[in-house]
Amino acid sequence: MIQYIIRRFLYAIPLLLGVNILTFVLFFIVNSPDDMARMQLGQKHITEQSINNWKHQHGYDLPLLWNAEKQGETKITQTIFYQKSVGLFLFRFGVSDSGRNIGADIKERMWPSLALALPTLCVGLLVDVTFALLMVLFRSSYLEKAGIVLCVTLMSISSLFYIIGGQFFMAKILKLVPISGYDDGLAAIKFLVLPVLIGVFSGVGSGVRWYRTLFIEEVEKDYVRTARAKGLTETQTLFLHVLRNALIPILTGVVVILPLLFMGSLIMESFFSIPGLGSYTIDAINSQDFAIVRAMVFLGSVLYVIGLLLTDISYTLVDPRVRLS
Amino acid sequence: MSSFLSMKMQTYIIQLILLIGLTACDETQLNNPYLDNEGGLSVLYQSFSERPKHLNPAIAYSENEYAFIAQIYEPPFQYHYLKRPYQLTPLTASKMPEINYLNKQGEKIGQGAKDSDIAYTDYLIDIQPTIKFQPHPALAKNSQGQYTYHSLTPSQIQSLNTLADFKDTGTRELIAEDYVYQIKRLANPKLQSPIAEIMKNYIVGFDDFSKQSNDQVSADLKDIPMSGVTAINRYQYRIRIKGKYPQFIFWLAMPFFSPMPWEADAFYEQPGLSDKNITLDWYPIGTGPYLLAENNPNRRMILLKNPSFHDERYPSEGESDDKKNGLLVDAGKKLPFIDKVVFMLEKETIPYWTKFLQGYYDASGIASDSFDQAIQFTGNGGVDLTDSMKEKGIKLQTSIETSIFYMGFNMMDATVGGDSESARKLRQAIAIAVDYEEYISIFRNGRGIIAQGVIPPGIYGYAEGDKGINHYTYNWIHDREQRKEISEARQLMAEAGYLNGIDPKTNEALILYFDTTSVSIDDRPSMNWYRKQFEKLGIKLVIRATDYNRFQEKMRTGNEQIFIWGWNADYPDPENLFFLLYGPNSKVKNGGENAVNYHNIEFDHLFEQMRNMDNNEQRYQLIQQLQEIVRHDAPWVFGFHPKNFSLFHSWYENQKPNLMANNRLKYTRINTVARAEKRQQWNQPLFWPLWLSLIFFLLLLAPAFKAYRRRAKETVQ
Repeated sequence: MIQYIIRRFLYAIPLLLGVNILTFVLFFIVNSPDDMARMQLGQKHITEQSINNWKHQHGYDLPLLWNAEKQGETKITQTIFYQKSVGLFLFRFGVSDSGRNIGADIKERMWPSLALALPTLCVGLLVDVTFALLMVLFRSSYLEKAGIVLCVTLMSISSLFYIIGGQFFMAKILKLVPISGYDDGLAAIKFLVLPVLIGVFSGVGSGVRWYRTLFIEEVEKDYVRTARAKGLTETQTLFLHVLRNALIPILTGVVVILPLLFMGSLIMESFFSIPGLGSYTIDAINSQDFAIVRAMVFLGSVLYVIGLLLTDISYTLVDPRVRLS
Repeated sequence: MSSFLSMKMQTYIIQLILLIGLTACDETQLNNPYLDNEGGLSVLYQSFSERPKHLNPAIAYSENEYAFIAQIYEPPFQYHYLKRPYQLTPLTASKMPEINYLNKQGEKIGQGAKDSDIAYTDYLIDIQPTIKFQPHPALAKNSQGQYTYHSLTPSQIQSLNTLADFKDTGTRELIAEDYVYQIKRLANPKLQSPIAEIMKNYIVGFDDFSKQSNDQVSADLKDIPMSGVTAINRYQYRIRIKGKYPQFIFWLAMPFFSPMPWEADAFYEQPGLSDKNITLDWYPIGTGPYLLAENNPNRRMILLKNPSFHDERYPSEGESDDKKNGLLVDAGKKLPFIDKVVFMLEKETIPYWTKFLQGYYDASGIASDSFDQAIQFTGNGGVDLTDSMKEKGIKLQTSIETSIFYMGFNMMDATVGGDSESARKLRQAIAIAVDYEEYISIFRNGRGIIAQGVIPPGIYGYAEGDKGINHYTYNWIHDREQRKEISEARQLMAEAGYLNGIDPKTNEALILYFDTTSVSIDDRPSMNWYRKQFEKLGIKLVIRATDYNRFQEKMRTGNEQIFIWGWNADYPDPENLFFLLYGPNSKVKNGGENAVNYHNIEFDHLFEQMRNMDNNEQRYQLIQQLQEIVRHDAPWVFGFHPKNFSLFHSWYENQKPNLMANNRLKYTRINTVARAEKRQQWNQPLFWPLWLSLIFFLLLLAPAFKAYRRRAKETVQ
């Protein structure tokens, strides 16, 4: 298994390099270093000299990918791509174009993202699985049909509606929670109740339908019939046998996104003023801060690779038949 | 087993409901986003939607940055809070500067000297003694008199996370050298000050200093002399500028010219601190009424009253109505009145507006989606608050911004540009056809007034009434301006050679191109509106929407034809607006701010005369001439001056619109008792809909439960 993990990490290197090159090329197709300088320096009283100064200060006065004027390896090393990318592989994210240390910012901002995403995932999973099992329990009845109609209805509504509706109802009309904001430590709870509830509610429709499909597939298998024949109740059959056997596809969906929880939710963080990494990325894109965009895309890729690896490992834990080689 | 579980679960549910119910009975203001106890301090709650990029006074230049640093840093002069027209008054200076004109030999010449004889101007500035910097670790000294934190070891830095982790702080007296040092910082290329390129043209020795200091550590700048900027003694310094530039005094009221102790750079430039984001750009050090106690622009920023703040008093004079409006109640009292200012990050307008209505923000602007909820139009075209706002005691304040939005024609373009009679008439016709009254009404909820020229109200040279209107676009009828009939515009089109909008070269409708960054679906209505305005003349307007970068590139290279642009005055002087049309400031030729690349020799000559004059009748007349030339040539369709609508709660006092002063917080007073009462009244939680929903849910579950029981008892088929 150790060999397998090492091999997967080695596979990740060209993958991350590719992602990095792609991000770099896409970014610089849209934005030139001059554009970046103008964005950072503002709109008033900008001269060519000040733009050149900015580029020099921030290392954007080099060629993008190939420095024809240099000799030997410096043709590659004396380029924006090399200078800005090498540190990433050592997790040295450097300084943003506005002068902030990106690593320190990420460390600070990943916790609010996690504080929102983790409870949303856990509660959402619990609710989705429970309701999916209940629908399977009442399969072929009017309750299941009503449940499916409800799920499709919930799926059809935009998540923005849930956010705005939730804020309107819970915070404005009932005045039970603050409409937006965030605080440190336990004080964060009152700010997280509403976004977590909305996050869970907005995902119920699709989540329940997905898990129901998994459980329906399982419930027709022979071992379930055997369990029933042994005299187990329907709830015991579902919760003890069906649920356990349906864990592999559930894990596929859940474990892979676990590391990405750090990356935050773009819309939710923005509407609820939660200072997480989702809003960090959006702000960076809007302000054409390549250093942050590059770091966040790289981090996202690394976390996704880790997520896939964790999924593979978790298979071996829930299903003894699976061996990694 | 299942019945046991359900009994146990039922017990839990009942206990939980009771617990929530009991908790809820004791709680009020569950929606309060702040700590209940502010320790008896007078706290002001505001919001910001975009995090400031820079808090370094040498770099910061945008409104959202000034909202913070103008409360922390103090330039030598400031705008009088109450008097209009805007006028400067000493802030840390003990009096207004002594201005001396010098000839080429450096000899003093009289105030009445010709502009051509003035080679240099000296500004002698005296600052008040006993002003102190805020307590700061950079100024902390140990018992031997050495700076405590100027030689930090890597292990010491490792244990630090924020500025608050430094136990000791110190302060010292503000001296003239601190102002000199800051001007040197403006010249330092490493800092990238946005005004460095402008100041090179004015301050003597600025450019040379810039070259010399390129490789220097910031703290060493103090040892390199700048020939035009000198500390004469502990409390007096001199700035020598080239020629005569009366507007320079306005720059001295901007945070760029605030004092900076050299110790700040010596402290912050220690290796390792920037890795912790402990930088001068993030943690300011000033002499102003407030200090930045918490800087987390991803969530909130907190200003606290500076314990070292010098003695400054609320103004005792103002405009005639100020006393009647209660703005002089605090005359002569020590500033500031508020102990703490909390700025919360609020990106979305809905939560922002809701919090304002709940009393959690003390003031608010009005977003488009809440405009109808807040404002109603009265019969005579005026505006008033809606009844629901009045019930809450909310106050409305409006002010015309010292800004202009205009439609520009690229004067280098073959069709709409140039000084030919045909092109001029085409531009004049378009100016009549584009009905900005309608635009303001549809797209800005009436928040704006029509621009009749370059200068907005409140700036010297602005004329009202018949004399102030653009007679090429408007007629003065029944004591008010009235846009000319579209038939007159069509006549102008015919005279320009485009009868019924037909281009004689193609015998088809004239096609013009409108370059814009408005690419979103939300912008479609306004773009369609522009198309319709041009259709009145038979012109086909093609919208060329591009991203911001491409648009800027087009502007730089002169590849645009028609565009929308705006300018917000840096200071209240017509020079800061007319320079947007000054030939040598052409964007394409010289990278200047003349975005339309307008060039008129007469205009340039008059502008050169006007810009260096003091405000007097002669200058006023020159300004009117300049306006007239621009109205005639029509390089711009004068759009509108935005009107700012602000709402304040009843407990917000001493509020007067001042579009030039950014350091207004020190004058504000909050009635915290009234606020607490209103918040309590407005934010009582409602629980019954929750209980109702719960009962409804349980009722829905009942048939499910019954069905399950029935199924469990069924025999296997």
